[in-house]
Amino acid sequence: MANDEVILLDFWASMFGMRLRIALAEKEIKYEYKEEEGLITNKSSLLLEMNPIHKKVPVLIHNGKPICESIIGVEYIEEVWKDKAPLLPSDPYERAQARFWADYIDKKLYVSSRKIWGTKGEEQEAGKKDFIEVLKVLEGELGEKPYFGGDNFGFVDIALIGFYSWFYAYETYGNFSTEAECPKFVAWAKRCMQRDSVAKSLPDQHKVFEFIQMLRQKFGIE
Amino acid sequence: MAENDVKLLGSWPSTFVMRPRIALNVKSVCYDFLEEQLSSKSDLLLKSNPVYKKIPVLIHDGKSICESLNIVQYIDEKWTNSGPSILPLDPYDRAIARFWACYIDDKWFPIFRCLAVAQGEDAIKAALEPVFNGLVLLEDAFKNCSKGKKFFGGDKIGYVDIALGCFLGWMRVTEKMNNVTLLDEAKTPGLYKWAEDFCADSSVKDVMPETNKLAEAAKDLIPKIRANASS
Repeated sequence: MANDEVILLDFWASMFGMRLRIALAEKEIKYEYKEEEGLITNKSSLLLEMNPIHKKVPVLIHNGKPICESIIGVEYIEEVWKDKAPLLPSDPYERAQARFWADYIDKKLYVSSRKIWGTKGEEQEAGKKDFIEVLKVLEGELGEKPYFGGDNFGFVDIALIGFYSWFYAYETYGNFSTEAECPKFVAWAKRCMQRDSVAKSLPDQHKVFEFIQMLRQKFGIE
Repeated sequence: MAENDVKLLGSWPSTFVMRPRIALNVKSVCYDFLEEQLSSKSDLLLKSNPVYKKIPVLIHDGKSICESLNIVQYIDEKWTNSGPSILPLDPYDRAIARFWACYIDDKWFPIFRCLAVAQGEDAIKAALEPVFNGLVLLEDAFKNCSKGKKFFGGDKIGYVDIALGCFLGWMRVTEKMNNVTLLDEAKTPGLYKWAEDFCADSSVKDVMPETNKLAEAAKDLIPKIRANASS
């Protein structure tokens, strides 16, 4: 693996990009981080070349070959660098469970979270209600375990934790307290934040809030 | 060996249910097919898929696995030594296969569903273009994945074949009912031939519903899909 060239094309606030940053850090893989600075207004030619179908970050580029979609990227990292820090369990049923919950997070959490900061009035209220419901379902799945995978930090934790960096923004715009609604979720998130791989991959919550403020102004929501 | 401790909850017209059925056939796994009535969900379905309450659900040794592509990956990993591999072996090829399956479910299927339930010439025409553009992309994907062979998976059907092929029955019904052409021999020659080969495959033949039977069922199902979409 000494001659591997790994590039991560990403955007600092992307909770999807954070998944790959964490997975790469867990496996201690050296990589070049490339910030897609013009993500909102002016996508780079590299991004358009590497992800022509969706034109989105993150894109993992391994020896010149692009892997798009963050969950697919995490599975790829797991399969290529399989001798280090396993992120998925080895049992097929446990793996199916992990994939199910990562997919659930993608289907349900992002959509509702977007409504909290991206809309107003009734639509925002509905988004907030759905969001809290989704967190409660996830809390139920977590149960008394330290991590979603059990004793070990893994796939579902990686799929979810990046959203935590957006929580100050969600709570401010949605006017709710996650600690009050979902204390187990907050405990889990703080546990994850103690890991180096996570702490180094997530941006400061206030910085994210400022970014969303800017987006809301840009999209005429403020 | 395989006693019927494998059960699949599903319904014969469902595209997503077809995916695990094909995968189980590829691995020569015997299973009980439990037909769900769409008008009222069984207690078993509600208990084994409490999150989405949807088919398909695979129940193996009393444990349930949900979401069709997830089930296909489970089947591939559980019965790894029985029959050919459904996902490719190389990690990069696997990532590409997963990418296209994701594209089919997240982008192509919703626009196809719009076309399948579209009413009136204008609505059908408007719905057709993005579906067809998607198929042109998939034609390119087919060229890259198949590398000159019969299927996306190469010599044998694989993950992307199953992900896309399950829609062929409904594509034929849509072509008939809306008087459109989806797989055009001239415009998407690769997919056109692939569709024939896929439907003729031994793992697919018995689970692909016959077009006329599906068209009959569509008469009842399409109004229900329209009603769900607008609610």
